[in-house]
Amino acid sequence: MSELSKNQLLDAYRMMRTIRDFEVRVHDEFAKGGIPGFVHLYAGEEASATGICMHLNDEDRIASTHRGHGHCIAKGVDVMGMMAEIYGKETGTCKGKGGSMHIADLDRGMLGANGIVGGGPPLICGVGLAHKMRGTDGVGIAFFGDGASNQGTTLEAMNLATVWNLPCIFVVENNGYAETTSSEWSVSCDSYADRAAGFGMPGTTCDGHDFFAVYETAGEAIKRARSGGGPSFIEVKLNRYYGHFEGDSQTYRGDNEVEKIKAEKDCLMLFRKRVTEANLLDASEMDAIDKEVAELIDESVKKAEAAAEPSVDTLLTDVYVSY
Amino acid sequence: MARKITYQQAVNEALDQEMARDPSVIVMGEDVVGGQGSPGEMDAWGGVLGVTKGLYAKHGDRIMDTPITESGYIGAAVGAATCGMRPVAELMFIDFMGVCLDQIFNQAGKFKYMFGGKAETPVVIRAMYGAGFRAAAQHSQCLYSVFTHFPGIKVVLPSTPYDVKGLLIQSIRDNDPVMFLEHKMLYTLEGEVPEEPYTIPFGEANLVREGGDVTIVGFGRMVHLAAEVADKLAKEGISCDVIDPRTTSPLDEETILESIENTGRLVVVDESNPRCSMASDIAELAATKAFSSLKAAIQTVTAPHVPTPFAASLEDAYIPSVDQIEAAVRKVLK
Repeated sequence: MSELSKNQLLDAYRMMRTIRDFEVRVHDEFAKGGIPGFVHLYAGEEASATGICMHLNDEDRIASTHRGHGHCIAKGVDVMGMMAEIYGKETGTCKGKGGSMHIADLDRGMLGANGIVGGGPPLICGVGLAHKMRGTDGVGIAFFGDGASNQGTTLEAMNLATVWNLPCIFVVENNGYAETTSSEWSVSCDSYADRAAGFGMPGTTCDGHDFFAVYETAGEAIKRARSGGGPSFIEVKLNRYYGHFEGDSQTYRGDNEVEKIKAEKDCLMLFRKRVTEANLLDASEMDAIDKEVAELIDESVKKAEAAAEPSVDTLLTDVYVSY
Repeated sequence: MARKITYQQAVNEALDQEMARDPSVIVMGEDVVGGQGSPGEMDAWGGVLGVTKGLYAKHGDRIMDTPITESGYIGAAVGAATCGMRPVAELMFIDFMGVCLDQIFNQAGKFKYMFGGKAETPVVIRAMYGAGFRAAAQHSQCLYSVFTHFPGIKVVLPSTPYDVKGLLIQSIRDNDPVMFLEHKMLYTLEGEVPEEPYTIPFGEANLVREGGDVTIVGFGRMVHLAAEVADKLAKEGISCDVIDPRTTSPLDEETILESIENTGRLVVVDESNPRCSMASDIAELAATKAFSSLKAAIQTVTAPHVPTPFAASLEDAYIPSVDQIEAAVRKVLK
């Protein structure tokens, strides 16, 4: 905690608050019928994307998941463009052609949310390979869920990353459920650290409600990757506040499960407690951020609602560079 | 200066020259070097049929063996391509697409569109296809029509050593994902190939034979069988256009339609299974865009709707033959 400057702490808080407000607002607007399609929300998991992406620059690339809004925001993708994309508008990050599950911004090192469970880890081996062959100190981070942790693509990518000694970090965000199915049931090992050992890489588990735990764990793995020490595996244990997708009735969850987590482990609440008790930030400074973020999100929704849908003229463009 | 080399040597030469020209070109695949980590020699195989042999000595670590994990390394090639590398990944046999297809059609093929035009994925995936090797059901398929179906992917089917070199160099320099498919029965075919690098543009068919009576469109190895039939029938005064589209995506519709408008008679020769094939695709093209020119029902010559068999008698009966092509040409002339 001590290595973070005051400005970094404020940035971390702003990042987590932006993700939270973005997702809560998308949840509300979806319920009102303003947002089309499938939407998977990251609320509750903010400390993971933030604690990891704070170590990264635009040359470092991440691959994300269905639940990608938090990764996008943490990697610096413009919130206005993201909201417009989720609304399917021409001002969206992907001109309305991708939607929630495919937001990407390669200039920010965001290689895309991904509609395929386990789609990202092999791609991140390629990111690591490109960095290695060019002799840069860039890294690739594959975010995936406990569901994707069982996909062959993920396991193939972990093996390849060790065989080629790539600067890649495999981050399983274990929120306890692959859609409705418990990771307690579907994941064959007791500990992901054991699974990492089977692929010849260090594996660490950290509390995904604790920004500082994630930040420190990721920092070590990223530092090792940047210095040629090869891949690492991180299990981030956390919880999602909403269903698998919006509209999920979540009857598979325990009684008051989410309420209890929110009351005891909410990452924003824990962060505020830690930094105020240690006299690193004043509550008023964070309150000011809350206000700014609320205005930003409000503006993003207003702009998205007001924006035009993509012209039908764009239906046939962007398929090939040339054809 | 042109000299005779084989189809296989043309692949090797194109890779070699492009790797020498552009440091972002890298090659990866199962045993494309061979012997990695083993006690014996490196470059033990140079690919399962020796196509990439010798590249390791010239280009070192820019040609990489992979574990037998097609999703893992095809995905890595795709990811590296989004970072500005120009990877050429070898999938060995196209039949293995079943274990890595997601990385090709859901990832590489869609990035540009899904991301609003802002991604480029200049990856080339090389693979062998085709029957005749007694390699049976899981090492003999064509499958190019499957990739032709996917928007965002280009599909290249060279039929000669000359086309191999020019189309492979074009594939590597192209900024879209390309499936470069090599017919394994053509690897020993010799032909004139210039020593210097050159490119052949995609979507430009090769008119292999010129004639006014019948249009024969053939793909890959079938181009040679079609040309053989055309040469035989020419002696009887029957003249055929033989068209090799070279790439199925993009497809040179113009050359095919112009020929049909001239001849009014179409035979399509496609080694793959018949349903949803290039044969049915070209037939659809003719029926929808040149119907008024047609003087006879379109004929297609394809493999039957069965897996590729092993036994010589069965496989020989499975592959389209010159006799079948000749019969089809005679039928459209009736």
